[in-house]
Amino acid sequence: MKRNGPAIAFYAVLAYAFLHLPLLVLGVFSFNASRFTNWEGFSLTWYREAFADGQLAEATFNSLLIGFAATALATAVGTLCAYGLWKRSSAWITTTLYLSLVTPEIVMGIALLALYQWLFRYLRLPLGMHTVILAHVMFCTAYVVTVVAARLRSYDKAQEEAAMDLGATEWQAFFRVTLPQLMPAIGSAALLVFITSFDDFVITSLVAGVDSETLPMVIYAMARKGFNPSVNAISTLITFSLAVLILLAQRLEEDPKR
Amino acid sequence: MTRLRWWCLSPAGLLLGLLFLVPLGIVARYSFLTRGPYGGVELPYSLENYKLLADPLYLAIFVRSIGYAGLATALCVAAGFPLALFIARSGRRRSLYLALVVVPFWTSFLVRTYAWMFLLRDTGLINTALLRMGLIGEPLQLLYTPFAVILGLVYGFLPFMILPIYATLERLDPALVEAAADLGARPMDTLFRVIVPLASPGILAGSLLVFISCLGSYLTPDLLGGGKTIMIGNLVQNQFTAARDWPFGAALSLVLMATILLLLLPLLRRKEGLL
Amino acid sequence: MDTVLELNNIVKRFETHTAVDDVTLAIPRGSLFSLIGPSGCGKTTTLRMIAGFEHPTSGELRLNGQRIESLPPYERNVSTVFQSYALFPHLTARENIAFGLRRKGVRDVDPAVNKVLELVRLAGKEQRKPQALSGGEKQRVALARSLVLEPEVLLLDEPLSALDPQLRVQVRQELKALQRRVGITFLLITHDQDEALSLSDYIAVMNKGRLEQMGKPQELYLHPKTRFVAGFMGPMNWLGDFGLRPESTGLALEKPAGAPSRTGVIRTSTFLGNCLHVEADLGQGLHAVCEVPRNGTSYQPGQNVHVWWHAADEIHLQP
Repeated sequence: MKRNGPAIAFYAVLAYAFLHLPLLVLGVFSFNASRFTNWEGFSLTWYREAFADGQLAEATFNSLLIGFAATALATAVGTLCAYGLWKRSSAWITTTLYLSLVTPEIVMGIALLALYQWLFRYLRLPLGMHTVILAHVMFCTAYVVTVVAARLRSYDKAQEEAAMDLGATEWQAFFRVTLPQLMPAIGSAALLVFITSFDDFVITSLVAGVDSETLPMVIYAMARKGFNPSVNAISTLITFSLAVLILLAQRLEEDPKR
Repeated sequence: MTRLRWWCLSPAGLLLGLLFLVPLGIVARYSFLTRGPYGGVELPYSLENYKLLADPLYLAIFVRSIGYAGLATALCVAAGFPLALFIARSGRRRSLYLALVVVPFWTSFLVRTYAWMFLLRDTGLINTALLRMGLIGEPLQLLYTPFAVILGLVYGFLPFMILPIYATLERLDPALVEAAADLGARPMDTLFRVIVPLASPGILAGSLLVFISCLGSYLTPDLLGGGKTIMIGNLVQNQFTAARDWPFGAALSLVLMATILLLLLPLLRRKEGLL
Repeated sequence: MDTVLELNNIVKRFETHTAVDDVTLAIPRGSLFSLIGPSGCGKTTTLRMIAGFEHPTSGELRLNGQRIESLPPYERNVSTVFQSYALFPHLTARENIAFGLRRKGVRDVDPAVNKVLELVRLAGKEQRKPQALSGGEKQRVALARSLVLEPEVLLLDEPLSALDPQLRVQVRQELKALQRRVGITFLLITHDQDEALSLSDYIAVMNKGRLEQMGKPQELYLHPKTRFVAGFMGPMNWLGDFGLRPESTGLALEKPAGAPSRTGVIRTSTFLGNCLHVEADLGQGLHAVCEVPRNGTSYQPGQNVHVWWHAADEIHLQP
């Protein structure tokens, strides 16, 4: 296609500034010595304060634990599901997956809350880490299916036929031939799930118990109270870590053939 | 063949059934029940909750949500199309420029919203800078305004617009643009008579994605709009927490879901699909 | 005739159409057998049923006399060389070849793998992954991967179609030589009649899901039973109740004595490199293409000519 002219290039600079500056400015000011918005020199005060905060540390631990558990489960369930659908589609499951992708988080959150309340009333099942993890696995499964199914769409059915032709059973064909080739997509999906789980606030805040406060919940509370520069510090750390993960996921997702 | 497939599909089926369809079913049932004296739900069944939606107070919130979502979508088209075009025309740098859109998008949504709070509040960077430069005498009210909410929505969902448009532009045959020029079209004619019409499936898909995301948003209006009940998402949350009117909250959720599904119908008709 | 594989009244119906319609066929042991036909004729479906990727709607398949139509692919002693080769990209050439042996539980796969690597001349390339191999080498890995299992029948799906045209003629001969050396029955499908004629011991022609004719290449070319087979095996001139191949149709300015002929008017003349194809209008809606040497008489459109042939070259369909 045609090359870009100077006007559109200038616009692109502005657009990228819009996308990136808020996070960059936040990052810069997380190193500000002052607690106010005047730049008074470089300092690690707010990072020190954030690291010393016991509540933040506990919430980070919870978030990581939930993130790892949800990633492991959602990746396994989603990969199997994508593979099953690749074998033969299922209108029911596909529709449900779509539905879960377009349902607003707030609706999903209150629906889960209603379910958990019901479970508590009849089965005495309290809210806690497990309810958060299950909720995360549920809304992340569709992401995994989407990513893995995209890879399977370009996957040659003859690969499995060849494996079975050479004496592999269906399971052996899956584990020895298909799964190894899906690994990059699965890795990428797992990273996306971890990011999504780690970042979720809306659903988590509705279904978390007293012992399962997550990092986004603490940040939200601090942001609502207004004005705590250690939020800038922890936010910058999160942004940086997630950016690394997403770059890694993109690298994995790149089609090696291209 | 079927046994393996059964084993592959049943975990997801079970998970989605128990934790997604059943909860939605519970919400659907609640929406026809009556609010209990201490919150909770009670018999008898009724349509009261749906009738309550016609209350001017709630109707206003619905209309406002649609207005905000529509405005944010229009702004996303205006801001996103040129950038998508720029990326599509960037040759080998395409993937870099695309990554520059995608990476901030995937970092924490909460942090990105918080970043705008940091910029917009009375003592935030923008007000501080303007005061310092002497352009204003006292801080502008930027945060907790409709402006902040719409800005946050555009910022939050702009990539939903850019990516589908880029996908259609990337597939566009360069010869079509050359043919238009060859037939005497000036660049602007080519843009509006060839490129934009051909990119319209991407624009439509992007608009639906952005509009639906905005309509169901909760966090952005909550943080950038202040404590007030700004959009449907906040109203739903409010019914399930502070107001303790679960049946009404459930009815609101169903209406929201129904609106979204109605909007998605044209997309579902097209038989490409994600899965 | 010793038959290794029998298809008895095989029918395969899909939701919307019948892909294979009552096909009965016997494949002689140790032969190079081609199944040919235009695309959509059901040859691929037939091959896939033999391999076990599809199951016949009705009919039976017998391998060495044993019914196999309901067995899964991994329990049939036949093996397929896929059109795309379907080499496993995450495994080296050696591991691709060893894959089937490992599934059979063979402990020491090396002797068999080394032997077959020699056979297909891949020694030295066995540690490469498929993407580092050329098209011809990939095909040899695919062949080796199947041959190492010593199948009763080796199924080859359009084996030459993925190769460069220059390479095809050479690989044809190599394939035939390989088949002679290993002595395994090769069943290959192709839509290219030249390929089938030059390679095969036997050919079966399919059309619209039905088997039209089976026989040796000469039989099919010279004594086709149906108009379809005659036309599919090579160009035909139909002159009423019999047909002629262009190479046995002659042109002359004077009416030849002692041979059947008809008068005609030259319509077009096409230069083909090694010869000319001259088309003559014979009236009554008939026309004939004649193959004539390029340095012989030159014919101009509109010229009156005599089209002649030897009576022995007439092809009469014999249902």
